[in-house]
Amino acid sequence: MTGTSRPTDDTQQFDATAVVRVDHPVIELEDVRKTYRTGSLAVEALRGVSLSIGVGEYLAVMGPSGSGKSTLMHILGCLDVPTSGRYWLAGEDVGAMDEADLAHVRNRRVGFVFQQFNLLASMTAQRNVELPLMYAGVDRVERRALALAALQRVGLGDRLEHRPGELSGGQQQRVAVARAIVTDPDLILADEPTGNLDSVSTADVLEVFDELHASGRTVVLITHERDVAGRASRVVRMHDGMVVSEEDSVVGARA
Amino acid sequence: MNALETLRTGLEAIRTHRLRSGLTVLGILIGIAAVILTVGLGEGAQAKVSSEISSLGTNLLTVSPGSSTSSSGIRGGFGSASTLTIQDADALESKTVAPAIAAVAPTTQSSEVLTAGNSNWTTTVVGSEADWLQVRARTVTEGRFLDSQDVADHADVVVLAPTTAEELFGFEDPVGQTVNIAGVPMTVIGELDSVGSGSSSSSTTDEDDEAIVPITTAAQQLFGGTSRDSVQSILIEATSSTTLTAAYQETEDELLVMHHITTPADADFTISTQQQLLSTATSVDKTLTVLLAGIAAISLLVGGIGVMNIMLVSVTERVREIGLRKALGATPVLIRRQFLVESSILGLSGGVLGAALGAVGTQVLPSLVSQPMSLSVAATVGAIVIAMAVGLGFGVYPASRAARLAPIDALRNE
Ligand SMILES: Nc1ncnc2c1ncn2[C@@H]1O[C@H](COP(=O)(O)OP(=O)(O)OP(=O)(O)O)[C@@H](O)[C@H]1O
Ligand SMILES: [Mg+2]
Repeated sequence: MTGTSRPTDDTQQFDATAVVRVDHPVIELEDVRKTYRTGSLAVEALRGVSLSIGVGEYLAVMGPSGSGKSTLMHILGCLDVPTSGRYWLAGEDVGAMDEADLAHVRNRRVGFVFQQFNLLASMTAQRNVELPLMYAGVDRVERRALALAALQRVGLGDRLEHRPGELSGGQQQRVAVARAIVTDPDLILADEPTGNLDSVSTADVLEVFDELHASGRTVVLITHERDVAGRASRVVRMHDGMVVSEEDSVVGARA
Repeated sequence: MNALETLRTGLEAIRTHRLRSGLTVLGILIGIAAVILTVGLGEGAQAKVSSEISSLGTNLLTVSPGSSTSSSGIRGGFGSASTLTIQDADALESKTVAPAIAAVAPTTQSSEVLTAGNSNWTTTVVGSEADWLQVRARTVTEGRFLDSQDVADHADVVVLAPTTAEELFGFEDPVGQTVNIAGVPMTVIGELDSVGSGSSSSSTTDEDDEAIVPITTAAQQLFGGTSRDSVQSILIEATSSTTLTAAYQETEDELLVMHHITTPADADFTISTQQQLLSTATSVDKTLTVLLAGIAAISLLVGGIGVMNIMLVSVTERVREIGLRKALGATPVLIRRQFLVESSILGLSGGVLGAALGAVGTQVLPSLVSQPMSLSVAATVGAIVIAMAVGLGFGVYPASRAARLAPIDALRNE
């Protein structure tokens, strides 16, 4: 993977920021709220989250089920918009972006691993991983090479032509990881990426995240497992739509 | 993402949903073929009637005595004498008076009993002149037709239509034989061609069953009557269909002069054209075509609703896919373009296949149902356009709506 060129041209601007101001937060949330309305019922999934994540940080988000972790992650990945509050991504106000800008951000800056994998059932693993590259305008030959490299990196080099239905849950999860890292984004957001994996696969995937972190990427992952969170440089705990504590991983691992 | 990539993505999606794509194409195909066949049936019938009528001669005028309002009334003064005479017909034959007129045939007719040997047969005896053959667009298969000498000489000669000849002489050659008409022996000099009975104009007479004699002979020896010069109608052929109006005008002007009438409203004759008959007949058939087109439109609508359903279900099912593609970096424009390509391919292939089926049907069906059909270009193009519009409208509109959702909302769609 290290030998492959990055598919984007304008991420250089992003990189420049990262190099010049290492401590500049890549993510800055200010009193972000998210309210879901289902009929007359309103669910406050996020109740004023303010959070700052620095470039190159490895952050773990923990918290009980229904505490708003996934909701937060979707907003960070520009897949959803907050009901109120502000969000700066690499210094840019996401609230002011139009559809094309958002598509661009999702494609080039963020790699997202969904809790439910979200693979296209009709496509092979290889084609699934190629999708973001297609929208990035990478040509077919290079796309195949990059997708192959990403799948090999998650240990699925021998499952290229399998469709999601022909893969185990853990393998599907790893295809989803491969798809998230194939564009080599600066920010990797993973919603319980090891939730369905055995200990060997978990170790493989976490190894990948460690490498990405080591090469300067920012990684944010949601997990219920303490030893997974233990690899992170910082742990954020959520409860009832709010961040209740931010601690460094040593504390998190000890608790 | 370039155009080729978009096309490839569209094709891939079509291949993935093979059954659904097939059903969509089938729906469009059947709708279009139905429209082409029903409209083709209507237009075929219309073309058949038109050609039958125009085979009678589209540049034909018929002058009848009396005004159209009093056509059944008997005029006073000189008994029941008709207002049209052989002199009127002769005047119209002048090339200087009426340059747009090619042929003039005054006619009288009556039903008479014809006898030949032991056979007898009642038929229409027509008294006319040499131009009758040209005006009626007939030919003789045996012998010859009347000539001007026969008319001048009041010759006792007759030309028989094929049915009449067969009734009187069986399969013998009638030419040279003698026929008694109203007690007058006449020599058969020719036999007319067959035009086939039961044609659309058959309400008046059977053109295969009649006997033609010189008008002078008819007036003097056969029909009698108070005025020997009166005729029942004058058949006029214009030099071409473009000069028909001129011929009409010349006829009217000349007859008004001949009859010493100053205002056309007082005319004691009526001029009618085959065009009038043609337009009546075609307007009847147009109604038929409109009716059939209506049925076709309804079948297209029903087919369209089917296609619409499949498209809507398809897009709804694929809202998750749209959400995922957006999450991975597709812009709404790209999503819309992908569905546009998919819908266009389905609409176009259904349209082309339907048009092909319709075209083949218009060639094959006429021989099976013995009904003429013609391939209507307007109906074909119209049907394809409608099918495309249905496909695009119901394929692209819901997709572009889904493309406007936040990716996560689309992904959560069930
Ligand atoms: N689309 C939605 N409509 C209505 N309510 C929602 C929706 N999505 C999430 N919620 C609610 O928002 C709250 C937070 O949900 P979220 O998915 O963020 O929890 P989570 O922390 O990821 O939980 P888990 O660990 O089980 O994945 C929950 O109470 C949930 O019911
Ligand atoms: Mg969750």
